[in-house]
Amino acid sequence: MKNLKNNQLYRLTYSAFLETIREPEVLFWGMLFPVLISIGLGLAFTQKSVSKHQIMIVDVAANHVITDGGRQTQLDSILAAHATPREIGGKNAHTWTIQDNTLGDTEFNFVRSDWEASIIALKRGEADLILTDSGGTVCYYFDPHNSQAQLVYMKISALLKSSGQTVNTDKPSISPLTLKGVRYIDFLIPGLIVFGVMSSVLWGISYTIIEKRSQKLLRRLVATPMKKSNFLIALMFVRIMMNIVEALVLFFFAWLIFDIRIQGNIGALIVLFLAGNIGFTGIAVLISCQTSKTEVGTGWINAVQMPMMILSGIFFSYHNFPEWSIGFIKALPLTAFADGVRSIFNEGAGWVEILMPSLSLSAFGIICFLIGLRLFKWY
Amino acid sequence: MFQIEVNHVFKSFKQVRAVNGISFHIRPGEFVGLLGPNGAGKTTMVEMMEGLKNPDSGEILIQGKTWKKHEAELREITGLSLQETRFTEKLKVRETLLLFASFFRLDDRRVDEVVELTGLESKLTALVGTLSGGQRQRLALAVALLNKPQILFLDEPTTGLDPHSRLDLWRILKTLKEEGGTTLILTTHYMEEAESLCDYIIIIDEGKILKEGKLEELLEGNARNLDELFIQLTGKTLHDKVNGER
Repeated sequence: MKNLKNNQLYRLTYSAFLETIREPEVLFWGMLFPVLISIGLGLAFTQKSVSKHQIMIVDVAANHVITDGGRQTQLDSILAAHATPREIGGKNAHTWTIQDNTLGDTEFNFVRSDWEASIIALKRGEADLILTDSGGTVCYYFDPHNSQAQLVYMKISALLKSSGQTVNTDKPSISPLTLKGVRYIDFLIPGLIVFGVMSSVLWGISYTIIEKRSQKLLRRLVATPMKKSNFLIALMFVRIMMNIVEALVLFFFAWLIFDIRIQGNIGALIVLFLAGNIGFTGIAVLISCQTSKTEVGTGWINAVQMPMMILSGIFFSYHNFPEWSIGFIKALPLTAFADGVRSIFNEGAGWVEILMPSLSLSAFGIICFLIGLRLFKWY
Repeated sequence: MFQIEVNHVFKSFKQVRAVNGISFHIRPGEFVGLLGPNGAGKTTMVEMMEGLKNPDSGEILIQGKTWKKHEAELREITGLSLQETRFTEKLKVRETLLLFASFFRLDDRRVDEVVELTGLESKLTALVGTLSGGQRQRLALAVALLNKPQILFLDEPTTGLDPHSRLDLWRILKTLKEEGGTTLILTTHYMEEAESLCDYIIIIDEGKILKEGKLEELLEGNARNLDELFIQLTGKTLHDKVNGER
């Protein structure tokens, strides 16, 4: 036992262990935080026992048949027989639940709307496909490159086939939607641009500040007549410039390869882009205002970045999350930023639509920045 | 007027009293050494003089002014080298000097002067990350000298350096002394450094001044050198021999 205690490896291991357990912040970020994230995500996903899909139904007035004194399509008849009427987002809808003990239950929400609103729902990732019933022939509109939409198409066509109604499901008509803004890539590129801004600002500003503080470089800098605000402004300016270049490069390739276009107002996009940068710069300064430990800083950056990366609809629509969480998700800065940029790219949004997200992102950033500056530890 | 006046200064960190009622005065142009072992309170004392830490009680005046009221003014006339400053590794030597020169509104002529003084000519385009320990210390000194400081603080400038690099640095400081116009406050635990560079030596241990004076005055008793004097005063050496620094 005595020999072991004098052993170099034992002493090194023991010292490292003591250093770890005597640093509660590192313990929190290293152990407790991943557990909290797993609980959060686990609750978000495993409680969703029913897989939900939204399908937009657009009326084709010419092909209505008369039943019971009202105008109904044959698709309506099927839904009336198998689905439960309800209201979703103020619109008439039917929910058709298919129970399956092995694969899990599936809930199809058929929402009746006009063509324009249905296209927007598709662009936002709220709906997977659009259905019309034209003279008894169901027509499916979706992006053929969207695997989720393909899956929903197959499920729905099988469902209608098995319904035993007169609707013609043998020769369904599929109309690939090649409209700009409905493809998955149209959804993804604006998301990647805003995610790039968030990552670049959080790592580029927070981590740089924390590292300089840990190396005592901040202390050395403020032991000169350097204006403290200049230091932060320089960091922020460089980061915004880098973000502009990164976004332009990404957009250029997306345009070249996928023919991505900006359908809305470019000036509004620039304003919103700057507001997003201000918002995340404020968060970055707040995160890094006190700590001089890079491990703690990394933990804080991940704590801010990871939930937003998952929740804010960067890679997939946040409408996949439970309804109770949508209000919270929409309040996240990255969600406001992503929704705003996406609406300019895909929905042709302009100044009016981006006014609120731009103001709220800027205000949030400035508040965080001022709090961070007040608490800022230079040495 | 004194360049620096330190009057009854106390500073504690939680339960540890780092500086325990220290007072001394430094005249213009003097080279003063704060000599003591690791943990004696030298760095805490010098950082309070540099305006980077506030004393719990007592008063520190630089040219009769306090850091609290005259920070901007005092930053213009002081230069310093911290115990462990790691300059941005991805900047080149010249870029680093130009950055710091910009804080004092100085142009590259002054950068060239300090480069010549510190012998960094051959390293101007080298990344800071590629410099040796001695070259980094010379860079730290070059940065500290940019504004031709009236008061220069150097916190253990030669700790960890090989003898050759240490002599290089001493040579630069002696040149500075010959030029005149600079008051130097240097912390060290190297007896030879204090003996070689300093006009006035303040021996510190456990946050208190044990003895102070010119080298000849300090060695008036039985001690042949400062190390022996320190042993006589405290019963221990200035620095632990097992760390291989001597």
